[in-house]
Amino acid sequence: MSPRKVYMTELAELDELVSIMARKTSEAIELAAKSFEKLDLELADHVEKLDKELYELNNDIERKCLEIIALQSPVARDLRAIGTYLKVITDFDRIGRYAKDISEVTARSIATAHFKPLVSIPHMAKMAEDMVDLSVKAFLDRDIGPTKEVFELEDRIDSLYDEIFREVITYMMEDSKKITPGINYMLVARYLERIGDHACNISERVIYMVTGERVVKK
Amino acid sequence: MEGKIVTERLNAFFGDVHAVKNVNVSVPENSITAIIGPSGCGKSTLIRCVNRMHEVVRGARVTGKVYLDGEDVYDAGTDPVLVRRKVGMVFQKPNPFPTMSIYDNVVAGLRLNGERDWARLDDSVEKSLKLAALWDEVKDNLDASGVSISGGQQQRLCIARALAVEPEVLLLDEPCSALDPIATAKIEDLLFDLKDRYTIAIVTHNMQQAARIADYTAFMYMGELIEFGETKRLFENPEQELTEKYITGRFG
Repeated sequence: MSPRKVYMTELAELDELVSIMARKTSEAIELAAKSFEKLDLELADHVEKLDKELYELNNDIERKCLEIIALQSPVARDLRAIGTYLKVITDFDRIGRYAKDISEVTARSIATAHFKPLVSIPHMAKMAEDMVDLSVKAFLDRDIGPTKEVFELEDRIDSLYDEIFREVITYMMEDSKKITPGINYMLVARYLERIGDHACNISERVIYMVTGERVVKK
Repeated sequence: MEGKIVTERLNAFFGDVHAVKNVNVSVPENSITAIIGPSGCGKSTLIRCVNRMHEVVRGARVTGKVYLDGEDVYDAGTDPVLVRRKVGMVFQKPNPFPTMSIYDNVVAGLRLNGERDWARLDDSVEKSLKLAALWDEVKDNLDASGVSISGGQQQRLCIARALAVEPEVLLLDEPCSALDPIATAKIEDLLFDLKDRYTIAIVTHNMQQAARIADYTAFMYMGELIEFGETKRLFENPEQELTEKYITGRFG
């Protein structure tokens, strides 16, 4: 039986909240990518709701973390966990914001429709989703195993972003009617690339939380 | 051999009770080392072995080595009184000599060692009280009783008394546990200033205090030294599961 009952309960509650936020983040990116691919406004609305929830969770968790630091003086693994929570909730919140940005592009794109069947962007979205899912899994399981794949995907998603960029510019140069949808593709690709960066940050923090080692993906 | 204080296979007993078990530790010079651990884990006994205070208890004995500057304090030719002059000690409860003035408390050790020169005694009182950050508060009242001042001031008086004999090492056994947070902060500031001149070992139950002031921390459990290392590392990422459980409060 642990002697610090209140503290242990507070830590468990906090961990549960961060886990909920992690799962909602995964859901937001998945729905946002789908909303853009299928130009589905209903899904886009759902992403906006999730973004609001993520923002509220971010504030709530930050407040609870600071309370625990002030009142319970956490050390060692508890301190690393709380330090990690404070960092990753910002990443979750940012990912939520990018998901919302993608859903806003969806809303703007309804009128023009896609000028060709999308291939690269859904592929990139799948990579970003996988990166977020793997990072979230590593976080929830306190297991650094999946982080390796996240770092590998990061390099691939960056290359894919460059490819999409070049491809879309070519379309836009050929036909000025494609400039507006082309810019939308570029924006979505940019948001997905940034989501990948945040997934990487989460993986780095999970490694610190689990092992105490600070790593920075080059 | 590195370290101001080094123990090798140090064991301490109270009769049949094995209070300190095979402790090997090296305390670096001009640093503060905190010793933490649950009640009865051997923290106080460990530091009392360093200045040969352990052996004054009936039935107590020590095996193994304690080196101070490379010399074994338990060597047959070593005078324990000389060891204690080099290694000052301050206890949990402030214990100024109640029948003595502030002045006489500070120089009690010097007088015991035969110092009679008033100029030197005056000089030592001012210097020691300044080092203990107490001079400004008591300089106009040196004839007052040593127990007429506040608890925090009494504890700093005890530190001044320990410093008056010009030791090299200062051992403190829970020096702040009877003090309020302001008096505690004053002692902590004082220790931080003193570490440039002295090697300090402090036993504390207050883990935040250890984290705040110590360069190194030793964690003891049931007489054994479980982990010793830089305080920052020990409180962020301890190597031993037992240390982790203790400092995060998962014991019991």
